[in-house]
Amino acid sequence: MNSLGFPILSLMLAVPMVAAIACLFVGANAARWLALGATLLDFLLGIFLWSAFEIGGAQWQFTEFAPVFGRFAWALGIDGIALMLIMLSVFLMPICIAASWSSIEHRIPEYMAAFLFMETLMLGVFMAQDIFLFYIFFEAGLIPMYLIIGIWGGKERVYASYKFFLYTLLGSVLMLVAMLWMVNNAGTTFIPNLLTYDFPPEAQTWLWLAFFASFAVKLPMWPVHTWLPDAHVQAPTAGSVILAGVLLKLGGYGFVRFTLPMFPEASAQFFWLVMGLSLVAIVYTSLVALVQKDMKKLIAYSSVAHMAFVSIGLFAFNRQGLEGALIVMLSHGLVSGALFLCVGVIYDRLHTREIDRYGGLSNNMPAYATLFLLFTMASVGLPGTGGFVGEFLSLLGAYEANSWVALVATTGIILGAAYMLYLYWRVAYGTARNPDAAAMPDLNKRELAMLGSIAAVVLWMGVYPESFLAPMRNDVGLLLTRIERANPPGDAALVRGSGAPAAAGAAQHGASATATAAHPAPAGSH
Amino acid sequence: MAVQLIVFLPLLAAIVAGFGNRMIGNTAAKFVTTGALFVSCALSWPIFIGFMTGELQSQLYPVLAWIHSGDLRVDWALRVDALTAVMLVVVTTVSSLVHLYSWGYMAEDPSQPRFFAYLSLFTFAMLMLVTADNLVQMFFGWEGVGLASYLLIGFWYHKPSANAAAMKAFVVNRVGDFGFSLGIFGTFLVFGTVSIPAILAAAPAMAGSTFGFLGMRVDVMTTLCILLFIGAMGKSAQLGLHTWLPDAMEGPTPVSALIHAATMVTAGVFMVCRLSPMFETSQTALALVTFVGAATALFAATVGTVQNDIKRVIAYSTCSQLGYMFFAAGVGAYSAAMFHLFTHAFFKALLFLGAGSVIHAMHHEQDMRFYGGLRKSIPLTFWAMMAGTLAITGVGIIQIGGFPGFGFAGFYSKDAIIESAYMSGSAAAGFAFVVAIVAALLTSFYSWRLVFLTFFGTPRWAASGHIQHALHDVHHARDHEHGADPHPEDEHAGHDTRPEEAGAQAVREGTGGYHPHESPWTMLVPLGVLAIGALFAGLAFHGPFIDAHEGPRFWGGSLVFDAHLMEEIHHAPLWVKLAPAVVMIIGFLIALQAYVRNTTLPARFVAHFGILYQFLYQKWFFDEIYNVLFVRPSLWLGRFFWKVGDEATIDRFGPNGAAALVVGGNKLTARLQSGYLYTYALVMLLGLAAAATWAMAR
Repeated sequence: MNSLGFPILSLMLAVPMVAAIACLFVGANAARWLALGATLLDFLLGIFLWSAFEIGGAQWQFTEFAPVFGRFAWALGIDGIALMLIMLSVFLMPICIAASWSSIEHRIPEYMAAFLFMETLMLGVFMAQDIFLFYIFFEAGLIPMYLIIGIWGGKERVYASYKFFLYTLLGSVLMLVAMLWMVNNAGTTFIPNLLTYDFPPEAQTWLWLAFFASFAVKLPMWPVHTWLPDAHVQAPTAGSVILAGVLLKLGGYGFVRFTLPMFPEASAQFFWLVMGLSLVAIVYTSLVALVQKDMKKLIAYSSVAHMAFVSIGLFAFNRQGLEGALIVMLSHGLVSGALFLCVGVIYDRLHTREIDRYGGLSNNMPAYATLFLLFTMASVGLPGTGGFVGEFLSLLGAYEANSWVALVATTGIILGAAYMLYLYWRVAYGTARNPDAAAMPDLNKRELAMLGSIAAVVLWMGVYPESFLAPMRNDVGLLLTRIERANPPGDAALVRGSGAPAAAGAAQHGASATATAAHPAPAGSH
Repeated sequence: MAVQLIVFLPLLAAIVAGFGNRMIGNTAAKFVTTGALFVSCALSWPIFIGFMTGELQSQLYPVLAWIHSGDLRVDWALRVDALTAVMLVVVTTVSSLVHLYSWGYMAEDPSQPRFFAYLSLFTFAMLMLVTADNLVQMFFGWEGVGLASYLLIGFWYHKPSANAAAMKAFVVNRVGDFGFSLGIFGTFLVFGTVSIPAILAAAPAMAGSTFGFLGMRVDVMTTLCILLFIGAMGKSAQLGLHTWLPDAMEGPTPVSALIHAATMVTAGVFMVCRLSPMFETSQTALALVTFVGAATALFAATVGTVQNDIKRVIAYSTCSQLGYMFFAAGVGAYSAAMFHLFTHAFFKALLFLGAGSVIHAMHHEQDMRFYGGLRKSIPLTFWAMMAGTLAITGVGIIQIGGFPGFGFAGFYSKDAIIESAYMSGSAAAGFAFVVAIVAALLTSFYSWRLVFLTFFGTPRWAASGHIQHALHDVHHARDHEHGADPHPEDEHAGHDTRPEEAGAQAVREGTGGYHPHESPWTMLVPLGVLAIGALFAGLAFHGPFIDAHEGPRFWGGSLVFDAHLMEEIHHAPLWVKLAPAVVMIIGFLIALQAYVRNTTLPARFVAHFGILYQFLYQKWFFDEIYNVLFVRPSLWLGRFFWKVGDEATIDRFGPNGAAALVVGGNKLTARLQSGYLYTYALVMLLGLAAAATWAMAR
């Protein structure tokens, strides 16, 4: 039992689960309020969890352990990284319920139940300390997502959910096989034990590939990203929010929790595979985003590009890269979620996602235009927003690892500005192309509260990211100690010169040459 | 506390005006923002004077922790030293005057709170930039001013041209920021810190070091300086990344004065001066700065000579003057660069605001071919523009024998730059010197051309669509509530009637019965204040800025002050000292001949040198070339990757192919369409069951 005296993690899993079941037995309106109440309660529990989390304390906190059968156990516990992702999930959930308030018109109790069920499973992924428990949550979490796309989705929902299924299936089977082998080899299913177990390097290679097959699809990485635009386009607004906000983070979380610490040698060995795919993703999907005509598809492609900053940061093998990747995960969860909400707001009014149908929304929807602008700027990584902190750290880490990677990846900030501002121009600026678009009312109070609260957190993360970095700092440090033995050398290899050249060697620089020796070289020390 | 107030009051005002918007109304928004700026300005001057008298020392005011990640420690903090103090007075003075000016200029605009909020937001970002103690906060200010610039260029967002210009400005600046970012990354890699004082202290020892970059072994300091300089090129619109600046004139004229003349575009110069100890460690980087600056000065001046839009002429003039500042920095005369930045802020803001006053009087007509003879109608504006022109062309008398010299602002700063280039002696500096003399001639020519076309000769207003529109409105004033222009933002409305490629002579002469009016006092007061600056800033401040003896005391190590060079320039040969004055007079005489005395000359020139004229008029075809090289290939590639890459390759051989295989082999179509979910759940559960069984059996 943990220091609080009650199993808070189980409680956080139980609240939405119970509410989900209850939803199935009540009417539409009651289901809405029940779902909102349950998600808000979970959010409050999350805040309590964060405040009770001891920064710099034990690695695993709030742990629970109950044997189920055999080696299989109900083992829960979180570290700072999991804590932040839990906070992201419980923060986005009430917003998703609010976003579905009036836009979902049929089978509302089932819809709310699916969302609540998904919340339980997503939180479970971040809390699980048993590898099979993790697997159940990880894979089962996608079932409600299939349902949400397949039942409440758009016209092509069947194709979209089929594609989603096919991609995920392959990865999950391979991952399960790898997990079985690992448990057999290490003799434990307990993740904290596995984290300190050194798998033989030759086995690491194929284990790494098996996990990669699953996580790369979830992240998603190029070229296994094509399910994402379809899934986003077909999913209802709240489905897109949770897909972009949390489900895409499962891939990154998997890399942090399994791939890097358990297979450090293989991770170093596949450095160029990950970097190569990520760099292709940044340039390729950014260019594709530039020519999209469907708002959701554009933001979906931009997600692929942004998640490439995650994989680049993670595999940079240094603190800035890792912390940057984690902040990108959080900020992208908020920002892309908010962007999908922005699409949802006008989709609810006009029932089209076609960019060309809109225009000049700054006139009739000034509050909407302002918030949309803020999220656009956060998406392009404007300093002062969370997007910048993550992107900056992740690219900084990439530069320390390899200058080519940083060079190509940094073009993302140019392309990102191009496709997002082009989108904003066509939607919010110019003159209204259609009278119905020009007649749309501005945000109502519900929408304002949803977008406003995300905006506040995005700015908070941009101005004082320390709140989010501090809980994760220790865990990133532990991860670094696991992987640094395999750290591939950077390409900088600084060779110190003799100090000031003759041309500039005026009197005040005279002492510099002697100072060089005493000055330790920071380069290459990660 | 003063510094915190200077920086954060504009932010507070922007928030109040921006979010208060229609709730608090126009007047409140104007008072809050303008009031905040005047307070900031009043607090800034004592700091500047304190550094001049030597009372104040460099100081750091911490604000808040920002990004901490391992060795990387970035904090919000405000650093004030002499260099910052110069920027503080430039930014707050011009900004407060522009705020006041906008009361008159934007009086009829429907979204004034938004406008003033953006202006104040810009000022905040600019102040964060100049007070930055580390590269990342500088980058925050850098991008923040970029955002404000984007918002203000696109302020009249219903105009497609304004939106295009705003987006172009942001994206082109991002190309510069790409270099800046890589520069910051590299700097952190090498120095292990992003703190500017720490980097500058360690920079000399790093000279001559090499590191691997893109598979090459390169000189560390040269690479870092060039990367950072790419950022400066973007922000300061240097050749290659300059294309956004002329288009930025789509924004309201007060914005052009504040952002695209006096402050934001000089951020690049500020950056190079701030990091001058870094640049001093690489002669290669300095040579590049010199070369790019000189090339820009020449390029922009040539283009400026043939433009017809009054704001575009001044925009190219700005671009050209920024080139002067850069090559001054490149030859090591950082103090002269900052001095020119300082004087330029006054006279260029004056020229823009004067142009705004003309545009206001001419009912938003910006084409100088429809001006003429405005001297008598708007005399105060005329004299303000004259002051600006005297300053930019550098009118003055050098000190000969016992007679003390006197000159207008540009005389002191530009001549110091030209003489520095001559005396510094490197090959790049020699090139810069020659270019500077030629550009000075062109500067004089286009500046006087502007004055003559606008204020002299006979009125050519009748043919202007804007004027016709105005007259039409006046006729209908009795029918409508608003006799004045209901769409003040339609700066480009009547241009369909514009004569193609013709000289001024093709335009019908006459007033058309239109009577231009002088601007209101809110616009004239800023003109007056800036005119005083343009006339006397050079005389008053050249001592602390560039004097070999006073300079080191004033700057106090905030930039590399080359006292030797600043002493040397007094000993430049007489012909070097006289050359700027001579070419200035030649430029004036050519303009006088072509635009006052014999006004058929320009048309004949165009007829004779059509290709040259087209080349200049089309701005050396940069936009066209970039369109072919970057814009179109990007869109084409985007479509290619989407249709051929994603749809025809990945999907075809991936999920669709798999579907075809499964369907073809097993007649599972129906099951697959509806039952895949159960299949999936089944697979997962079977797997888990296997795992569990196996685990128990062990």
